[in-house]
Amino acid sequence: MAVRRVHPDQPAEFAFTAENLAWARATIAKYPPGKQASAVLPLLWRAQEQSGGWLPEPAIRSVCDLLDMAYIRGMEIATFYTMFQLSPIGSKAHFQVCGTTPCMLRGSRDIVSVCQRRINEHPHAPSEDGTLSWEEVECIGVCANAPVVQVGKDTFEDLTPEQFEKILDGFLAGRELKWGSQIGRKASCPVTGPTTLTDETLYDGSTIGAWKKRFEETAEAGDKAQETTPASALASPTHKAAVAEGSSPSSPGGAIGAPPPVHPAALAAMANAGLVKELEARGGGKPLSAGELDKIKADMLRDQAVAAGRQAVKPELLSAPRSGQGDDLSLIWGVADKMVEKLNAIGIWHFDQIAQWTPENVAWFESQLDGFKGRVTRDKWIEQAQKLSQGWRPENKAGEKPKG
Amino acid sequence: MLKDRDRIFRNIYGFHSPWLKAAVQRGAWDGTKFFIDKGHDYIIDEMKKSGLRGRGGAGFPTGLKWSFMPKADPRPSYLVINADESEPGSCKDREILRHDPHLLIEGALLASFAMRAHTSYIYVRGEYIREREALQRAIDEAYEAKLIGKNNVHGWDFDLYVHHGAGAYICGEETAMLESLEGKKGQPRLKPPFPANVGLYGAPTTINNVESIAVVGEILRRGGTWFAALGLPNNTGTKLFQISGHVERPCVVEEEMGIPLKDLIDKHCGGIRGGWDNLLAVIPGGSSVRCITAEQAEAVTMDFDALSKLGSGLGTAAVIVMDKSTDIIGAIRRIAYFYKHESCGQCTPCREGTGWMWRVLERMERGQAEKREIDLLLDVTKQVEGHTICALGDAAAWPVQGLIKNFRPVIEARIDDYQAKHTPVAAE
Repeated sequence: MAVRRVHPDQPAEFAFTAENLAWARATIAKYPPGKQASAVLPLLWRAQEQSGGWLPEPAIRSVCDLLDMAYIRGMEIATFYTMFQLSPIGSKAHFQVCGTTPCMLRGSRDIVSVCQRRINEHPHAPSEDGTLSWEEVECIGVCANAPVVQVGKDTFEDLTPEQFEKILDGFLAGRELKWGSQIGRKASCPVTGPTTLTDETLYDGSTIGAWKKRFEETAEAGDKAQETTPASALASPTHKAAVAEGSSPSSPGGAIGAPPPVHPAALAAMANAGLVKELEARGGGKPLSAGELDKIKADMLRDQAVAAGRQAVKPELLSAPRSGQGDDLSLIWGVADKMVEKLNAIGIWHFDQIAQWTPENVAWFESQLDGFKGRVTRDKWIEQAQKLSQGWRPENKAGEKPKG
Repeated sequence: MLKDRDRIFRNIYGFHSPWLKAAVQRGAWDGTKFFIDKGHDYIIDEMKKSGLRGRGGAGFPTGLKWSFMPKADPRPSYLVINADESEPGSCKDREILRHDPHLLIEGALLASFAMRAHTSYIYVRGEYIREREALQRAIDEAYEAKLIGKNNVHGWDFDLYVHHGAGAYICGEETAMLESLEGKKGQPRLKPPFPANVGLYGAPTTINNVESIAVVGEILRRGGTWFAALGLPNNTGTKLFQISGHVERPCVVEEEMGIPLKDLIDKHCGGIRGGWDNLLAVIPGGSSVRCITAEQAEAVTMDFDALSKLGSGLGTAAVIVMDKSTDIIGAIRRIAYFYKHESCGQCTPCREGTGWMWRVLERMERGQAEKREIDLLLDVTKQVEGHTICALGDAAAWPVQGLIKNFRPVIEARIDDYQAKHTPVAAE
């Protein structure tokens, strides 16, 4: 929160110009009848532009009158939203220096120093001749072009203190200045040129209509047809399976450059077939003990028995509920206290965890239970959890029996 | 590496014209009517198939979110598009708004049709003035070409309006955005009721990020299965990554979800300034996620699940890189100041806690603190986290927690150093 007050010296009155008034009426018409208050931010902004970049108190009242709002509501808004300048700014330029971490890392403190030296020690206080003023603002969303200074509509990006001083001089002299990147790059493209989007056929119109083929093929060949799967290392089945099982390259064993991690089910199959050498190679070169091999085999047999052909994939689990408190899972119809304990013990605390289960996750979950096979599907836990995760609540504490 | 043909945002740097004719040439507005004729449920099903998770930070499945909208409700339905891109580190929606606005407008029509809405508002952050002008120009073009509006060529009446904020980060929170759009201070609402039931003007509303909406057209054209085949399971598709801070060449780039962070930085940003040995820490998803260490950064993949396993998050995929020249305490202190500045003041733990955390970090940056205060600070972050109406309290707590978790020795050394210099010498 920032404490912001209106300036002690205020003009006597404010009135929109005819042109701005017409624009204001058109803006109000964007919102449904009776909801004209929605237009308050755009109208206050236009009032600030008309008043030379700051928002006098009479302008706030004038906008409130136009929108049939209490003055205090207008005051609340003008003081809450920090782009409304509550005191006069420099007549030639008001520099808004972004000071948040991404800009700070690239040198925005030095830009602030220039402002303090050249304009005024303090933000929001104009220079001696009243031509310039500055403030440090919070992130203005130009982080890949940091550090950045905004003046009115324009941003000056990729600055150095020296360049910034030139810009400052330019405003003083009333020169036309080039906004955007100051090191000659296009928007947020890498400075040495684009690393992507070099395929010229994207721009010659040859992509138009290419998608239709998919539907023509579908019509011919039934559901088999699919868009050509993109050739991508990340999309390879082994990689995907490995990640689904929780051994993504981000986990310690899977350093980049090492052979891709293998799905444990595949390891198990290798163990079963006696391919120990192969197994050791794929398992990261570590020899596996007899006990480990047995465990892998046992896991595989259990999985097979449980899933009856359906591969079990472990869902994402939590070691503790987020923010220290889990959802009341007993609100799911078919889940009672005993089951809640089980779910919590496994690492399920929230509706949204269940809401995201795939059939493979369900198979895994059921493999963890002694009984209750098929219950998750029969009682439609996932659908219930999806509704619950969005805030729906049943009338009965025990939940609401799903229809159908 | 992702093939250019599989990239959705083809004019992200603005090398080509953003306007209608060029956008159509690049594939926008192609077959829009075909998909609308296929019906509301077809679009929602394709979105579910695609596995798209919301690109605004929380990563909630987009298709699922749309399916929560009531199907037969006497009230009007609204789609509100969140272009209040304010998370420090994030600068992707800006490029869509000014360089590929037609993808967004087409997506807005398709998404609104899917959830039976005839009106949509795009809430653009106040600072993006040029961006909002570009977007408005593209919308005017679309109206003129009868692509949107009453009696348009697609057969679904649809009005799209640009609204703007005025510098409040909190308005990026979905219910604060609705409050702001209704002409009030942006203070988040208690949930439930959720916006799908009681949203804008008390009517059913879905709020989606710009990037989530702008990819809809291409997902329908190429098919949900195409999108799902990119990236990793549960983390599908492509994503705009934004890399800032201490890399050789900061940039915004569209890449596949799940790309290793190291590849992302080496291929597109020319590596870390001074090499990977010079890396200190990375904030991988915008200021509100916990930072990860250099060691973790070298191995992690950029997706929701891998990063949350490290106790961090993908957020908006805004990667803030810090090399060894960084004063990590100062960097996090500046983030703490940001949250202090942006707290809306509604809930006490956040209003008071954000200021408290910032003031303590100010002292810790100088070393002017006691070591026991580190645990006290950690304790306070836990008291803020999860005890507020919206997630800003969490967002303020997490970076501080990340600092303490990963860099406690740095804080301790700073304190030792200060105390060694300032210990009063006893008079003899």
